[in-house]
Amino acid sequence: MSLRVENLRVYYRTLRGNVQALDGVTFRLEDGEIMGVAGESGCGKTTLSKSLIRLDGRMQYIEGSVELDGARLPVDKQEEMNNFRYTEVSIIPQYAMSAMMPIRRIGRMISELLQSRGYDYQTILPELRRRIELVGLPENVLDRYPIELSGGMKQRMVLVISTLLNPSLLIADEVTSALDVSTQKAVAEALVEFRDREFVKSMIVVTHDISLVYQIADTIMVMYAGKLAEKASTEVIVESPLHPYTQLLISSLPEVGVRYADKQLGGIPGSPPQLLNPPKGCRFRDRCPLAFDKCVEEPPFVEVAPGHSVACWKVN
Amino acid sequence: MLKLDRIWKTYKVGAFGNKELTAVRDVSFDVGPGEVVSLIGESGSGKTTIGRMVLRLNSVSRGKILFDGTDISTIGRGQLKEYYRKVQGVFQDPFSSYNPIFKADRVFYMIKDQYFPRVKGSEWAERIDGALRDVRLDPAQVLNKFPHQLSGGQLQRMLIARALLLDIKILVADEIISMLDASTRIDVLNLLADLKARGLGILFVTHDLALGNYISTRTVILRKGVAVEMGETAKVFADPQHPYSKVLLGSVPQLHKKWSQVAAELKLDDTAAVEHCVYHDKFPGECGQPPTDPEQPPVVEYQPGHFVACAKEGREHLEDLLAAA
Repeated sequence: MSLRVENLRVYYRTLRGNVQALDGVTFRLEDGEIMGVAGESGCGKTTLSKSLIRLDGRMQYIEGSVELDGARLPVDKQEEMNNFRYTEVSIIPQYAMSAMMPIRRIGRMISELLQSRGYDYQTILPELRRRIELVGLPENVLDRYPIELSGGMKQRMVLVISTLLNPSLLIADEVTSALDVSTQKAVAEALVEFRDREFVKSMIVVTHDISLVYQIADTIMVMYAGKLAEKASTEVIVESPLHPYTQLLISSLPEVGVRYADKQLGGIPGSPPQLLNPPKGCRFRDRCPLAFDKCVEEPPFVEVAPGHSVACWKVN
Repeated sequence: MLKLDRIWKTYKVGAFGNKELTAVRDVSFDVGPGEVVSLIGESGSGKTTIGRMVLRLNSVSRGKILFDGTDISTIGRGQLKEYYRKVQGVFQDPFSSYNPIFKADRVFYMIKDQYFPRVKGSEWAERIDGALRDVRLDPAQVLNKFPHQLSGGQLQRMLIARALLLDIKILVADEIISMLDASTRIDVLNLLADLKARGLGILFVTHDLALGNYISTRTVILRKGVAVEMGETAKVFADPQHPYSKVLLGSVPQLHKKWSQVAAELKLDDTAAVEHCVYHDKFPGECGQPPTDPEQPPVVEYQPGHFVACAKEGREHLEDLLAAA
């Protein structure tokens, strides 16, 4: 088993109190699995991806454990995490467009990066060249500055750099949202290719675009207001979701082929709760059409079918 | 009502403005009452430039933009104010459309000061309430608040309400829902469809084919400033002819349909069909560029109401036209 996260809680410290952005998240990720994490803004998906590799200054680890390939990942200790970052856990950040050093040629930047981790650039260079070719970048890209590349090329270059040491886990945070549709497809397919060639063992793809993860992911985890709502295989989430939030979210997406004149889609009324002082019980309660008395208690996230977990009283 | 007649836009770029960049080349279409025309394209396709030219935020380099018969690209200040009574725009980022240090409802009072100075305060407040209800907002929830206290969807709807206070005929909606969350964006989209049913003409600028397809009556697909394909939305999406339209449609991630399946349906594997372009033969250069002869029609009518800049199937038709010219 590759990744096991138990009851992870990460809050943001603010002057007015703790924002409970990630509130008790438990899941598993198998070897070779691409898991899509989907949700609206503020649901905690970026907090989840960040807390698996590096907590920033405002983020506070509360409790929970993370295990990668049997070894405990010290997510709460910044110094100890250095032994895992880049070699075991790697990330393609949300703003990969600006992730590369602007005043270094890309090749030199990579050599400095490898040196800092104790690897020799020259021995890795042939493999680097092979991967650059694999993602369809020109050979001379190493002699260029980042500014000379287009958005999609930068994104693929960062993908190659992030996975150069064959990490066990790759976190891809909104990697395609700033790209045009045709480059988006190329980058998404490169992610799958890297998994198929076992450059990375498993992958967490964080996105707000469910139709994109439907194309590439094996499983999808839907988050709402800092908690998990539903996790199942891609087909199940898209074709027969059980959680009311997932159902409403999927039915509110306009698709190619669906026209207003033929079929009017509806949104979800209301807005997500404030996480500074979240309501007790099910956090989707106020917007949920199925809500009943029991929803004031918090629903457990339980497995209802093999590989299909839901947090909803109506389903349990 | 609004008619764009072979418009071009050239920007001066470079340190001394000594280079030229053509953002829009020879684009013509019109928007009638009760019609939604979506401009679909990737970044750099000129879709926003067209919207800005309609709003007179950019000048037109060549060609005419006619509104009810008057060329608006040359009108003076007094007439421009009257034009803005009828044509308004809403843009992508709701948070930067408002001044953060003033309350959000200030936009309504600015309209009053500029266009309706003689309307009484109490009557104006009633009109604001009416406009807010038209965009399905509860006045008590949104009035007297600062922009940061409201959600993106609420702010975007308030901007539409602001436009409705003027007696507008055309609304330019430039990516107005791309920054909204999935669960709220469909409501704003349905709102636009309601306004369309009431006779408003909407120019819907988007990069998202699914949104354009959902709401629009007609579609214009742009590439590098050229309209490569346009026509009734149902026809363009059901039967795309231009190779670029096919590639674009094949790249959109869809729910319920994998990329490989879409590619098979569009026959994207047939590279000869995808890459073949009649203009390549007749006018060497980049695919989708209009012919150099200004009298030549830039697009051919492939079927009634369905225009294509270049396509294998439209080839005979195009050759007839070329022979006639």
